[in-house]
Amino acid sequence: MKKIGVFVCHCGINISSTVDIEAVKEALKNYPGVTHIEDYKYMCSDPGQNLLKERIKEKGLDGVVVAACSPTLHENTFRTAVMLVGMNLYNCEIANIREQCSWVHKDKKVATKKAKLIIKSVVEKALLNEELEPVKVPVTRRAMVVGAGIAGIQAALNIANSGYEVVLVDKNPSIGGRMAQLSETFPTLDCSQCILTPKMVEVSQNKNIKLMTYSEVVDVSGFVGNFKVKIKKKVKYVDWDKCNGCGICIEKCPVTVSSEFNQGVGKRKVIYTPFPQAVPNKPVLDAENCTYFIKGKCQICKKLCPPDAVDYTQVDEFVEEEVGAIVVATGYDTYDISNMEEFGAGKIPDVIDGLTFERLLSSSGPTNGEVRRPSDGKIPKEVVFISCVGSRDPEHHFSYCSKICCMYSAKHAMLYKHRVPDGQPFIFYMDVRTGGKGYEEFYQRAQEEDKVIYLRGKVSKLYREDGKIVVCGIDTLSGKYVELNADMVVLATAIRPSAGVNEFARLLKIHYDENGFLTEAHPKLRPVESLSAGIYLAGCAQAPKDIPDTIAQASGAAAMVANLFASDHLLHEPLIAGVNEDLCSGCGFCVTVCPYDARKLNKEEGIVEVNEVLCEGCGSCSASCPSGAAQQKNFTDTQLVNMVKAILKD
Amino acid sequence: MFDPKIIAFYCKWCTSAGADLAGTSRMTYKPNIVGIRVMCSSRVDPEHILDAFKNGADGVLIGGCHPGDCHYESGNYKTQKRITLLKKMINDLGIDKNRLRLEWISAAEGKRFAKVVDEFTDEVQKLGKLKI
Repeated sequence: MKKIGVFVCHCGINISSTVDIEAVKEALKNYPGVTHIEDYKYMCSDPGQNLLKERIKEKGLDGVVVAACSPTLHENTFRTAVMLVGMNLYNCEIANIREQCSWVHKDKKVATKKAKLIIKSVVEKALLNEELEPVKVPVTRRAMVVGAGIAGIQAALNIANSGYEVVLVDKNPSIGGRMAQLSETFPTLDCSQCILTPKMVEVSQNKNIKLMTYSEVVDVSGFVGNFKVKIKKKVKYVDWDKCNGCGICIEKCPVTVSSEFNQGVGKRKVIYTPFPQAVPNKPVLDAENCTYFIKGKCQICKKLCPPDAVDYTQVDEFVEEEVGAIVVATGYDTYDISNMEEFGAGKIPDVIDGLTFERLLSSSGPTNGEVRRPSDGKIPKEVVFISCVGSRDPEHHFSYCSKICCMYSAKHAMLYKHRVPDGQPFIFYMDVRTGGKGYEEFYQRAQEEDKVIYLRGKVSKLYREDGKIVVCGIDTLSGKYVELNADMVVLATAIRPSAGVNEFARLLKIHYDENGFLTEAHPKLRPVESLSAGIYLAGCAQAPKDIPDTIAQASGAAAMVANLFASDHLLHEPLIAGVNEDLCSGCGFCVTVCPYDARKLNKEEGIVEVNEVLCEGCGSCSASCPSGAAQQKNFTDTQLVNMVKAILKD
Repeated sequence: MFDPKIIAFYCKWCTSAGADLAGTSRMTYKPNIVGIRVMCSSRVDPEHILDAFKNGADGVLIGGCHPGDCHYESGNYKTQKRITLLKKMINDLGIDKNRLRLEWISAAEGKRFAKVVDEFTDEVQKLGKLKI
């Protein structure tokens, strides 16, 4: 029998205040297999780890059980320590007597009894643990970035500049994302296009970046280091290899429809690029609105195209890419104002959302940067900005703070004042949150230099009257009811994860929270990783954030990818399920339950064979095997049954 | 008052992490349950559950990730099939099917973990000692 050492941690008083350490030691000291038992105040500390290492050598231990906090916290710490004295890491097990015992029970007697059972069961496991070596898995040193807004662009550039190939996928015809729609950016008021477009061009010129716009990921299989991604290249009806981007088709197309890029305020042609600086600067044809596709006539674009690139017979194309890591940078949408009954539910043309106002402010926008209201094109003289529309409203909409609205509302009010010096901006707010470098100063400037009037309170309703919008609310600082006759109202609507991202998350097997934002592996310590190895997060897909934070996270994600690619192979956890050839009857049940195709039936031999690289170690096959031939390593039937018995014995 | 013995098998990724969260949030729940952490709920062989009943467990709880959230793609669906069938079987064998419970508890659901444990403990307590 193996010689097992048990080390009980006090965790200061976190464990010892509810678990009687001496009683635990007394109960375990004669337990079969336990040849040494000891306690220490902080096992995870340096002296604690040294104690562990010394006792392994001194007492000739074959395995150790550290009874402490959750293995999520310090399994790695203790395993690293035992390896330093030559013990195989799989001979070190953790008994969780803190999170699942001392912290959840108040009665010392009860918690002590339970701690004993937990430790005994883990000793049973440790007794039969095998020494294992990690499985080596080759890494495809090539990454995919999904979403080519500023987050995706930054991540792709960083990965590409580290020397690795990147496939950059975006569903829109051009890269640039939301940032391309913005006018100027806080707190410096530099033009968004001016700082973004050079990066867009850099993407198009970087030899390591394979750009796939107007494309969507439709399937993902595989695992870290070895993903296979199926991508749908949506039909463009323009052969981009032939197209030289001259723009004649766009100019001559006779049909105009509302422009998504301009948030429906401006128009675009049916054959179009979303905006003049688009990358790639090549058009797509929107068949739904095209006269040729509807009536079978027109073909002006085709007839006039100098290189004959328009091709009405094109269909969707599917391609497969092999990558080792994926960065998800799918960005955000804004909460639709049709959800806001009290603000006219989107039926009042001059009540718009922040993104639409960005387009009105933008010099490349539908009004060439002049602030003109959508209903009649007049320059508004009084504009009311309302913050927290849908955000911080758990009863009706969302409980979270959208983070960027305080700042962009201040910016909107400021820019409006710059465009319309005799106009008056008002901002209704709940709180003003200006956490960020230079943000508080920016907010002060809006009030002092640009005379933005801040009203602390919520707007109860608004309605149209004589070409004006009557905004009713309370200024809670003066305690007075306020009624403003505005020419235009701008709503800072909540930031939402972009449409379809949750379906996409399911494809990737990564999690999302109750609001639909993608979940990071740890809220503080692992903010750019998802819980699935090899999949990283960047930008607003994870949570609302501003441009500098997005860039920082995207660069972080890229660094994680480069870190992963630093070695040409990965070490794969060896807790896999093998085959005992003597017991295997070749029934193939295990083959059908394996989600990874790691098991194959060798019909000639009448046994199942395992691809250790593909096995992820769920153990589902072990549970399905009628003969006990498929045993998951270190989670064998005998181990689990012994654990059960140890718990039930007393 | 009868003090039932309850074995829990739960997956490392969701339910065990949910149990950890209950701990870090300093929630309290009844102490009758002792957990065995496996990689996936689908590792649990119906035979392990029968073994638990045979060796004196009054109840067995299985915890896995919510449908669609399994770390191993589809392990929890297999668990669901197996447990549904096993519940019928044990009922025929004279073990009340309510002594076996399958719950989906995510890593974010510490509160739910505590609630499920309390409810299940109460239920097993009402059913009394398992006699086979």
